[in-house]
Amino acid sequence: MPPMTARSLSALRRARVIERSNRVRLLALIAVLAGVAVISALSVAIGTREVGLSDILAAFAGRIENTDQAAVAARLPRTVLGLLAGAALGLAGAVMQGVTRNPLADPGILGVNMGASLAVVIGVAWFGIATAQAYIWTAILGAGVAAVFVYAIGSMGRGGATPLKLALAGAASSVAFAALVIAIVLPRNDIAGGIRLWQIGGIGGATFARTVEVVPVLIAGFVLCLLSARRLNALALGDDLAAGLGESVAFARAFAALGAVLLCGATTAICGPIGFLGLVVPHLCRLLVGVDHRWLLPFSALTGAGLLLGADVIGRIIARPAELDVGIVTAFVGAPFFIWVLRHQRVREL
Amino acid sequence: MTRHILNASRISAGYGDTVILDGLDLDLLPGRITVIVGANACGKSTLLRVMSRLLKPRAGQVLLDGTSIHRIPSRRLAQVLGLLPQSPIAPEGITVADLVSRGRYPHQGLLSRWSARDDEAVAAALEVTHTFDLADRPVDELSGGQRQRVWIAMALAQETGLLLLDEPTTFLDINHQIEVLDLLTDLNRTRGTTIMMVLHDLNLAARYADHLVAMAGGRIHAAGPPEAILTEANIRAVFGLESRVITDPTSGRPIMLPIGRHRMI
Amino acid sequence: MLSVSAITTARKTRSQARRRVIALLLVLLAAGFALTLMLGQSFTPPGTVFRVLTGEDIPGASFTIGRLRLPRAVLAVLAGASFGMGGVAFQTMLRNPLASPDIIGISSGASAAAVFAIVVLGLNGPVVSIFAVIAGLGVALLIYALSWRNGVAGARLILVGIGVSAMLNSFVAYVLSGASAWNLQEAMRWLTGSVNGAQPAQSVPVLAALILFGGVLFSRARDLEALRLGDDTAAALGTPVARTRITIVIAAVGLIAVATAVAGPIAFVAFLSGPIAARIIRNNGSLLLPAALVGALLVLLGDYAGQFLLPRRYPVGIVTGALGAPFLITLIVRANRAGGTP
Repeated sequence: MPPMTARSLSALRRARVIERSNRVRLLALIAVLAGVAVISALSVAIGTREVGLSDILAAFAGRIENTDQAAVAARLPRTVLGLLAGAALGLAGAVMQGVTRNPLADPGILGVNMGASLAVVIGVAWFGIATAQAYIWTAILGAGVAAVFVYAIGSMGRGGATPLKLALAGAASSVAFAALVIAIVLPRNDIAGGIRLWQIGGIGGATFARTVEVVPVLIAGFVLCLLSARRLNALALGDDLAAGLGESVAFARAFAALGAVLLCGATTAICGPIGFLGLVVPHLCRLLVGVDHRWLLPFSALTGAGLLLGADVIGRIIARPAELDVGIVTAFVGAPFFIWVLRHQRVREL
Repeated sequence: MTRHILNASRISAGYGDTVILDGLDLDLLPGRITVIVGANACGKSTLLRVMSRLLKPRAGQVLLDGTSIHRIPSRRLAQVLGLLPQSPIAPEGITVADLVSRGRYPHQGLLSRWSARDDEAVAAALEVTHTFDLADRPVDELSGGQRQRVWIAMALAQETGLLLLDEPTTFLDINHQIEVLDLLTDLNRTRGTTIMMVLHDLNLAARYADHLVAMAGGRIHAAGPPEAILTEANIRAVFGLESRVITDPTSGRPIMLPIGRHRMI
Repeated sequence: MLSVSAITTARKTRSQARRRVIALLLVLLAAGFALTLMLGQSFTPPGTVFRVLTGEDIPGASFTIGRLRLPRAVLAVLAGASFGMGGVAFQTMLRNPLASPDIIGISSGASAAAVFAIVVLGLNGPVVSIFAVIAGLGVALLIYALSWRNGVAGARLILVGIGVSAMLNSFVAYVLSGASAWNLQEAMRWLTGSVNGAQPAQSVPVLAALILFGGVLFSRARDLEALRLGDDTAAALGTPVARTRITIVIAAVGLIAVATAVAGPIAFVAFLSGPIAARIIRNNGSLLLPAALVGALLVLLGDYAGQFLLPRRYPVGIVTGALGAPFLITLIVRANRAGGTP
């Protein structure tokens, strides 16, 4: 091997500067936290009905004496659910992009959310499931099956799971699952939420009681995902190199993917399938904090929470007097982003 | 078959902002085999695409019997000028006979039916290329060499006096490469077809060419009989490679032996 | 010469096989059409159906057949044929079965425009079709431009199309959510397609489009076949590639959009018809006519099944959607297993 020249050494140093310094990361953290706080405040204050500050404060204090205060009280669980679901989907997206090394990965695009949705719908229509816990575990099962299924299809044939094949397998499966969801739900008036919820997700009907049911699963998912950060960093170097660094590639994948599946399934069980958020968030966060998953994952969770809630607030304003489900808003913003990634990222094989 | 004359005059061409060919002239010798060689990205495939109307030049003209090829209706042109692109696509499950039959498209009008003349052309093309026995087989089941012969058969069924081929021997084993080039030579000898092709292998190019064209940097560096073109000086100029050129005892054509930095006696 | 006669025989066998399959499809379609006129909630004997069709006024039967069953069956056949032919034109031109207009968003574009014209602008009738055609062409252009990078690669075009389609579907959902009432039946027409409540007048634009655009496609059938060999080979065979492309896109979008403006984007008919037709007709010539017949059969029988054969009433798009979904997945599995990108 030729000796390292002075020029290549300085190039190496320059490359290291591109890694975000911790000061930048700290500033970014403060900015994101502030953003989430502001959006949360807006989410409580803004809705189809305009309310005054005193009513908001009253509702926070638990006093519900007029309709304005009641409206605010209804927005509180919605805000909490929005934050949780956004964090879950943002984190799941980042983990999926890491596990598959695919800049196009997203719980929506890879068909995982729609798989969860389909499982719930099948469960309700044909197996009579009714309790919240049954919904959640059916959704997780569906998400898991869909994830394995899409990955298996995507990695068939020459070249393994290339980004393009995986995205195509996922997107097409998602289209297929969605068609089945419609076919099952449409004639059944008894399926809770109906077409609207199981086709395009939203957080409109949130209650604290239902949200609480899903929290333990979400916590488990968050923990699994955040613990995978170091492993995902190794995986980013390619399977062979990761194995060379002493990482068990299959275990690392399964561990992280399980976390992502728990998050997607649980979220879809109460919100329905919300797409594209998990795609956008990690790309934004990489701009902020770089590619180190130990930073990227928590940031994706935070940013996801803010973005989903922000999208929901927009959905409440834009279609007044009606409301727009947050899944519609994320698709509207996320789909162009998806196309942008397709065009501009160095997606292999494109 | 009437001899047609194809020549390029003052051609400039490129993709997007990049200029690949810059004011190039080339006359194909009627009834002869012209082979284009050169380093990667020297513009040899682009030249072939321009000559075969796939790419419109930015300046200059390609003339067929004195008329610009872009002025000739595409179907009429296809009756005279045939082309085998580098990676043609065989529809899934299509049989050899069906694929070869498609070479007859330019000879059929919108309403005119398939004629006995068309059947004859297809049968002749299958026989010349020794693919008659494969006629009912699906193309996707064939070996690389067989498949290339089938594609050539399709181009033959087109019955054009001019045939342009873009690297017809890539991805083939050496025995199949010889088979394909022998076949093209047969065609040139028996039907008098004027052939222009791009080849990667200098020695095969020198062996099969009547007229060898060496390109470099979007221009023609040298053109003429292989003995005059495949020289140590030209190889140095075109490829930046030291080499020795000796005479092939079998064909009497020049062959090139590269010289590297190691393994010298 | 012996070999020439062998070629002649083989060719004749092929074209005979093609004619037989087409004849069979026609017979099936005619039989299906007759059956849907006779069978419904109640049975109408063939004689009565015939008398109604020839203009006789028979109390009861005239209403059931003339007002309900006939317009519905006619629209089903015309829309199905439009979807089948438009779909296979796209699939053949882009050399990929996944590149059908209902997957890459062209149907969604037409649907979004129709919903917008009806719900927001309060329009109806043929104007809606014009809206749908323009939007369909716009979406086709957009997808093409967005996936362009030194030529259009199949897989990228399909993914861009799926992205565009997701956006347009949420636009449809947005417009419908703003509509005065969330009328599920009406909404479903624009999400999945239906021939419920077909009026005789509705079939007129679809028939006109089928004659006009279908005719254009037929006149380009040979060039379309040549495109299957790749753009370069097609050009070598004398096909004006760019002009053929533009003509085919306009005609196919016209077919899809006009049918969508009336019946909604009936799920997966455009996607399914071509591959099914290819399966039964093999490589024996152009798929345009066979795919049109298959599409017509799919919608006619799917609608009948949705009305009478299943425990509840479904719009036809649900039936074809449930049929198309597993097929879509099978197709990807098969394509990936064969190697390379589908």
